Amino acid sequence: MPKPKVAFYWCASCGGCEEAIVDLNEDILKVVELVDIVFWPCAMDFKYDDVRKMKDNEITVAFINGAIRTDEQEEMANLLRKKAQIVVAFGSCSHLGGIPGLANFWDRETIFESSYGKGCPSVDNPDGIVPQTVSKVPEGELTLPAFHNTVKSLDQVIDVDYYIPGCAPPPYLTMKAIVAILSGELPEKGAILAPEKTLCDECSLNDSKPEKISIKEIKRISEVISDPEKCFLAEGVICMGPVTRSGCSEEGDGKCISANMPCRGCFGPPPEVKDVGGKMISALASIVGLEGEENMSEEDVEKLINQIVDPAGYFYRFSLPTSLLRRKRMSNPAKEDRYNG
Amino acid sequence: MKDEKLAIVTFLCNWCSYEGADKAGNARLNCPSNIRIIRVMCSGRIEPQFVIQAFIDGASGVLILGCHPGDCHYKKGNYKAIRRISLLKKMLRQFGIEQDRVRLDWVSASEGERFAKVANEMAETIEQLGPLPELKILN
Repeated sequence: MPKPKVAFYWCASCGGCEEAIVDLNEDILKVVELVDIVFWPCAMDFKYDDVRKMKDNEITVAFINGAIRTDEQEEMANLLRKKAQIVVAFGSCSHLGGIPGLANFWDRETIFESSYGKGCPSVDNPDGIVPQTVSKVPEGELTLPAFHNTVKSLDQVIDVDYYIPGCAPPPYLTMKAIVAILSGELPEKGAILAPEKTLCDECSLNDSKPEKISIKEIKRISEVISDPEKCFLAEGVICMGPVTRSGCSEEGDGKCISANMPCRGCFGPPPEVKDVGGKMISALASIVGLEGEENMSEEDVEKLINQIVDPAGYFYRFSLPTSLLRRKRMSNPAKEDRYNG
Repeated sequence: MKDEKLAIVTFLCNWCSYEGADKAGNARLNCPSNIRIIRVMCSGRIEPQFVIQAFIDGASGVLILGCHPGDCHYKKGNYKAIRRISLLKKMLRQFGIEQDRVRLDWVSASEGERFAKVANEMAETIEQLGPLPELKILN
């Protein structure tokens, strides 16, 4: 019997997810023994045409990481969907939109302006040249994939069978998923292959959490020397644990937490949370200024809230394209300050 | 109907503001026709997710009314609402949604007139702002 065929592809991503595959360490040898890797542009020499020549459904499973922000990525996602029986959205960017998804606070025009225009102090571009999909040169025509206005998650472009969350996904979850797929023990379509509890639920710092958390001051992690034994929220550092799925480390404890950093939410929301930002506001506003709340004036509340400098950027760090609001509405005339204004 | 486009989802707390709205109705006070009332137990029950969902479903404004500070039936629900809505408004601004589209205010069970006043003010604000800027997902 021929070995099952596996493809890996990257879209708008940093390469960390490719690293996460290599991080399977010796286990990758087991994987290679069991499957044929037929496409992996980051690690091996394949051409897009190799994929185009395959029969439909010839690939058993395609792992696609990265968000979708160019025509090329969209085309490849569609091609792999056609050629693969199972498509797995691999990592935060393809699952939720990820860090590249933060671009949805702007649009193409404003991004080009800040990258190629006068908005960028390190670029010398007096003619204001911006990337074009087609440019004519003496030798002929040069083409570039079109750059989209809005970053999308993978499932906003193609049908996705399973999701492996994480920035980057932990190797143990990847291995579990590969084993499940190869053995045919597949969960229900659309499943997120990670635990369903929140990170707080499994956090070892839970024991240190006081009965009632009340924060008087919000601090950034760079402003404190945080006690590795203490709950971040109780110390006034925003931790996304209450609205984030657990599973980032096999031992149950959060990966960032055990490195003495607050959770940033890369695993995305657990099933009950509809919108990460909305839910995080609920959680945070309930503990900020809890003590003496009845004596607080409107100004006091505003002062307190204003310590959270960039709520949208912080809460939707990994999930803006899949949030309920999806992106900034750009037609708003009041845009003197595009980000915080 | 012109108003349809400018629907204002209005959350009223069971104990004060809903009664207040009832008073306004009984007294036949003029109230805007584009408010859509949803009764909840407490303004502290309003999750920011509800407000966001209202906008996604086509509301142009969201009005949240609860008991006056100090008068909350559950003692402190409205204090939480103050902080939640304040943070939510700040976040919505980052999404290009004007702050004035969300208003949190207080109406007691006896304040029928105040209910009518707040509702009319909100309707006027939304009338001026117009419908929510369209969500454009262009390639």
